[in-house]
Amino acid sequence: MKYIAEYRDSTRVHTVMDEIARIVHRPWVIMEICGGQTHSIMRYGLDQLLPTGIELVHGPGCPVCVTSLEMIDKALAIAAQPGVIFTSYGDMLRVPGSDRDLFSMRASGADVRVVYSSLDALKIAQENPDKQVVFFAIGFETTAPANAMSVFQAKKLGLKNYSLLVSHVRVPPAMHVILGSASNRVRGFLAAGHVCAVMGYWEYAPIAQKYKVPIVVTGFEPVDIAQGILYTVKQLEKGRYDVENAYARVVSFEGNQPAQKLISQVFEECDQTWRGIGNIPASGWKLNSDYKDFDASERFQVQAIKPKESPLCIAGQILQGLKKPYNCPAFGSQCTPEHPLGATMVSSEGACAAYYRYGRPQ
Amino acid sequence: MCLAVPGKIIEIYEAKGLLMGKIDFGGVIREACLTYVPEAKVGDYTIIHVGFALNLIDEQEAMETLALLDEISRQDTET
Repeated sequence: MKYIAEYRDSTRVHTVMDEIARIVHRPWVIMEICGGQTHSIMRYGLDQLLPTGIELVHGPGCPVCVTSLEMIDKALAIAAQPGVIFTSYGDMLRVPGSDRDLFSMRASGADVRVVYSSLDALKIAQENPDKQVVFFAIGFETTAPANAMSVFQAKKLGLKNYSLLVSHVRVPPAMHVILGSASNRVRGFLAAGHVCAVMGYWEYAPIAQKYKVPIVVTGFEPVDIAQGILYTVKQLEKGRYDVENAYARVVSFEGNQPAQKLISQVFEECDQTWRGIGNIPASGWKLNSDYKDFDASERFQVQAIKPKESPLCIAGQILQGLKKPYNCPAFGSQCTPEHPLGATMVSSEGACAAYYRYGRPQ
Repeated sequence: MCLAVPGKIIEIYEAKGLLMGKIDFGGVIREACLTYVPEAKVGDYTIIHVGFALNLIDEQEAMETLALLDEISRQDTET
């Protein structure tokens, strides 16, 4: 398949890795933001091809992992109400809430349905006018255009039985938190390619300049990731801290303008709680006042929720690049993909699940 | 979650006010929304995430990147 095979070519990966080994003289810690990239790195063993001294740490770019426990408990409470069809991307179904998950809700009779796209949820609403259809609108900037379109269409069609439970997060505020922390070890970033496909990369220059870190927009195939690391290491070795694009076939500086326009028509910035990290100011999107009638958390009154997090789970520190999954005493024993304690073990893109699946015990 | 897959646009049409298309992912055909890439033409490659085209793939940029990477390997053989 075009645009896949040439970026999985092992000769090219080795060429770029050899070039990294040739130019590197000092140890560097580099963070890939996106969980999809973490998964690729582990799947293709890219971490093991890097010269010693270059350490990859794994960022918070896994929306399933960072969706707050309170929000998941809210989803569970809404899904439990009679007359509700609760729709969600499949990844969310196994994420543990305080005492259950959406899968177990479905097993006990709730109408919980997996959709591939937000437009499928909209279609379910049109086909079931006597039911309230709620869509769990989670995700980073990548997913926001899709989620925004469904509610834009719902309003246009005058649908009264469709609403969104929104838990959107944005990458740049999380980078500020990581870089501003006293214990930060990250010296360079691979920016998330598909977030930048939507948003462009104009937002990142102030971050690169403020914290003096190179930021390289990076894709998801092994050659893309190797190239992103090469550009980052080149800058680090030369003492530069610019924003560069190593995913130019998909990402432009401005990003997708029609998508950004619809996002700003439907959403507005809000503070957001990130699971394991805490509240980050202006790091999320919620429906704006034009669309508040479609807000499921307004439409369904759920009782005050007091979330209970596992005391063993260190996902928050892993998501900030402070610890690795194998530093957790529960990893692989009390916490496995079959019995996860935290979301980083549930999502296929979570760092813990990737380490477990691809065997990185140490 | 931010997984997005490249595919080739083989058909473009309108449905319920949205620009839609049939996308060929190496033999598997699926429908996707093309509203965010209004300039799309049949035969273009695009990158699809949760049923939406995020962007068209720029063939020129793709070729330049590969040429740049292959240049590294040529330099290695020469030195």
